[in-house]
Amino acid sequence: MRYTDLSSSDREQEQFRFRLGFAAGMVLLCFVILFARFFWLQVVKHDYYSTRAEENRISLVPIIPNRGLIVDRNGVVMARNYSAFTLEITPSRLQEDLETVIEQIGTLIPITPKDRKRFKKLMEESKNFESIPIRTRLSDDEVARFAANRYRFPGVEVKARLFRQYPLGDVASHALGYMGRINDKDLETIDNAEQTPNYKGTEHIGKAGLEQNYEFQLHGETGYEEVEVDAGGRAVRVLSRTAPVSGNNLSLTLDSKLQEITEQAFGSRRGALVAIEPSTGGILALVSKPTYDPNLFVDGIRGDDWDGLNTDPDKPLLNRAIYSAYPPGSTFKPFMALAALVQGKRTPSQAIADPGYFNFGGHQFRDDKKGGHGMVDMYKSIVESCDTYYYILANDMGIDNIAAFMGQLGLGQRTGVDIQGESEGVLPSQAWKKRRFKKPEHQKWYAGETISIGIGQGYNAYTPIQLAQAVATIANDGVMYRPHLVKYITNSRSGEKTMVEPQPIRDLKLKPEHLAVIKNAMVGVNKAGTGARAFAGAGYESAGKTGTAQVFSLKGEKYVEGATKHHLRDHSLFIAYAPAEQPKIALAVIVENGGFGAAAAAPIARMVLDYYILGKVPKGPANEDEEGDDGGH
Amino acid sequence: MEAIRRYWCKAIEHLDGPLLTIALVILGIGTATVYSATYIGLSRMGPQAVNLLIAFSVMWMVAQVPPQKLLRFAVPLYVLGVILLLAVWLFGIKVNGARRWLHVGVTRIQPSEIMKIAMPLMLAWYFHKHEAALRWRHYATASMLLLVPVAFIIKQPDLGTAILVLAAGFYVIFFAGLSWKVIVGLIAAGAAAAPFAWTMLHDYQRKRILTLIDPTSDPLGTGYHIIQSTIAIGSGGIIGKGWLNGTQTHLEFIPEKHTDFIFAVFSEEWGLIGNLVLLLLYLLLIGRCMMIAANAPTLSSRLLAGAISLNFFTYAFVNMGMVSGILPVVGVPLPFVSYGGTALVTLFLGLGILMSIHTHRMLVKK
Repeated sequence: MRYTDLSSSDREQEQFRFRLGFAAGMVLLCFVILFARFFWLQVVKHDYYSTRAEENRISLVPIIPNRGLIVDRNGVVMARNYSAFTLEITPSRLQEDLETVIEQIGTLIPITPKDRKRFKKLMEESKNFESIPIRTRLSDDEVARFAANRYRFPGVEVKARLFRQYPLGDVASHALGYMGRINDKDLETIDNAEQTPNYKGTEHIGKAGLEQNYEFQLHGETGYEEVEVDAGGRAVRVLSRTAPVSGNNLSLTLDSKLQEITEQAFGSRRGALVAIEPSTGGILALVSKPTYDPNLFVDGIRGDDWDGLNTDPDKPLLNRAIYSAYPPGSTFKPFMALAALVQGKRTPSQAIADPGYFNFGGHQFRDDKKGGHGMVDMYKSIVESCDTYYYILANDMGIDNIAAFMGQLGLGQRTGVDIQGESEGVLPSQAWKKRRFKKPEHQKWYAGETISIGIGQGYNAYTPIQLAQAVATIANDGVMYRPHLVKYITNSRSGEKTMVEPQPIRDLKLKPEHLAVIKNAMVGVNKAGTGARAFAGAGYESAGKTGTAQVFSLKGEKYVEGATKHHLRDHSLFIAYAPAEQPKIALAVIVENGGFGAAAAAPIARMVLDYYILGKVPKGPANEDEEGDDGGH
Repeated sequence: MEAIRRYWCKAIEHLDGPLLTIALVILGIGTATVYSATYIGLSRMGPQAVNLLIAFSVMWMVAQVPPQKLLRFAVPLYVLGVILLLAVWLFGIKVNGARRWLHVGVTRIQPSEIMKIAMPLMLAWYFHKHEAALRWRHYATASMLLLVPVAFIIKQPDLGTAILVLAAGFYVIFFAGLSWKVIVGLIAAGAAAAPFAWTMLHDYQRKRILTLIDPTSDPLGTGYHIIQSTIAIGSGGIIGKGWLNGTQTHLEFIPEKHTDFIFAVFSEEWGLIGNLVLLLLYLLLIGRCMMIAANAPTLSSRLLAGAISLNFFTYAFVNMGMVSGILPVVGVPLPFVSYGGTALVTLFLGLGILMSIHTHRMLVKK
């Protein structure tokens, strides 16, 4: 019995030891599995997890670069930056109702209804996770007051930001443009330029003018701070810093003083003026009236300001200088005369007898001067602005010959100026009409339509910058430059200057004797012709041509019955260059509803030339209420 | 002098040198890791010392008691445990949706912890009592003794502890000679019942299992812990980032970093080499425990020692498995490494029992 007991006990121990061995095997197996898992994570996938850990740990904080400055040809600063504190709300991070939070902030820092309006507008434009300024330009005192109460406002922060500033206010706003918050369309532009990484952290972008066109030059290179963050996203320490590189500076061909004087010369009138340096194409002044203050846009334009600019019947945001196309009126005549000479349709001395009208196809085309100008040669036709001469000339040349030469002068096509928003205008021709109209009966060009083209009416419509370019080309003896605003770009890192437009785009190869006739006649205009009164006693020799354009709508704008009489008046135009020998400046000016060219436009041109040639600063706007009564159409 | 030496010898008479040394080495590693995990601070060092002192005393005292006497505690301890579990079920405190705690005067206790020791003790006592003629009904009764408390713990719910208690009890039954056929049958039945069990699980438990299969399915919720701990382990590489240099740890990406997830901290700072060392230390520990079990003179002490050995293994495997993302997240600490007083006392109690078994074996044979 005792024996069996022992043997059973031994067997039991045997079995136990076997099972213990089995368990040990299982333990070993499990540990091998664990080790395999560690090997997989720490050796095979180590790189992957290392990267993941670094991504966890390191956050790249962009440092926005200083935007490049814009200075005029004399170094006068037209756009710069200033640093200011803003109070910003990130709506998605708020723990309370937005209105309540703003209300509570209001007890610490004054928030005006205007601030609220702007905030609301920005909210609509932006995404929920962005931080949006509720107050800008905080005083030191306000910053301190908020800082002490910061803990009460999660999702509300004081930030130091750089803002764009235009020290000259509304001067040259259409050339400079303005800044605005980046929207979806801008993001696309940025993406297409492969600039997306560089715009991390950037919130504003050029929306118009030079700010828009030279955006990628002005922006600069975004710097980065590598910051170590904890799981809660709090910065623990700065690991490294890549300094931002400031944007490149733009030096303009524009003369800000000339620009300012020109804008003042317009007074309250609507219109545009483009002045160009003929030998380079550099734009000296680019005026579109009325103007606006680009500073309004800097920290988010308020809703009512924006609505005001948009609904103003005078359309201040419209860049008339490059977008609005006007019939050139009689300013077209020197170009017609030149075309006739070049194409051999007229000699300078060839004269017509002007009875005061021209009959064509059963219709009488009248000259402005009753009874006519008598015997008219080319010189007299320009100086006295004889219509009949050009009715006949246009008829003789035919529409397509006219179009061919005017196209050479750059009319009816975009000049390629370095700001966006240019329109083509209309250079009428048979082909144009075919393109323009859909119905076959409208597509045919009638010979009768050519007649009024000769005096710059009819379908003719050109932008002020096109006219200025054409005048500048004549002033520069047929060598044409692309009009441009930026003279050179200064690299902020190397200081290297890149010229923008060193090469002419075209040489019309005009014969000196042809040029001499036209130039001589244009000088005559200002000496003894339609421009004589405006240029009396100028003290320098200038060349010019008046023009009056009938107000009619090519683009089918509605005729408004209740519109004031003023809006039905003719547009007043003037083209000029000076000095007559070796011109330094060429310009085209249009005053909307200004009446006769000699009355409204020519005096503005006189002020511009007086300042640019003589340095004479005018005392006020050019006489606004003078009704033109001579033949300056 | 001689007297002191004699007292010293008497004091360490019932301690096991190898076992204690291995445990203390792991504990040393653990303490260094806790130091790193808690902001390189000494805040946890004081309590840790106190915990250690208590745990060491418990171990020493238990080691003095012969195994036969220890078995006398089996039934009262087991009954107390069941009663307390019942009490938890009835009057327990709810924390985070789980009813695990019981208020006892000034402090609160977690009765399921008691079961971790009471269960193997009870079952060892039970099999010892019926040593001579073990029939299937004895195994069935033992299973009931095991499953009832486990059911209470699952109900709390505390899946982690339930698994540990279940495992501890199962090891005893296994070592007592449960038929292989039954074991295979149980595994097959378990697999078949899995879909049914799935429906019994709580939402958060199901989520943990799903997260294990694809942690990225819920990167900011349940998956976050696993993702961050695997990143910590993986980024540690072969040699690790060095002590106190774990970025995942010190930038607070690892949750529960000084308790359940401390292995991620250790692994990030010491790398694959550190992990290998730790695995070998656990193997040594378990190996020494098994040696004691193999040489234990009586059935009850064999069963107890075997179960405790495998308990250490279960803790270590489940913890490292969950932190490295091959097992679901259940609240199981890493033995001798995770910070926590209760766990430390339980662990050293286990060591004490083993030492008692080992140092009293000659007395039994005599």
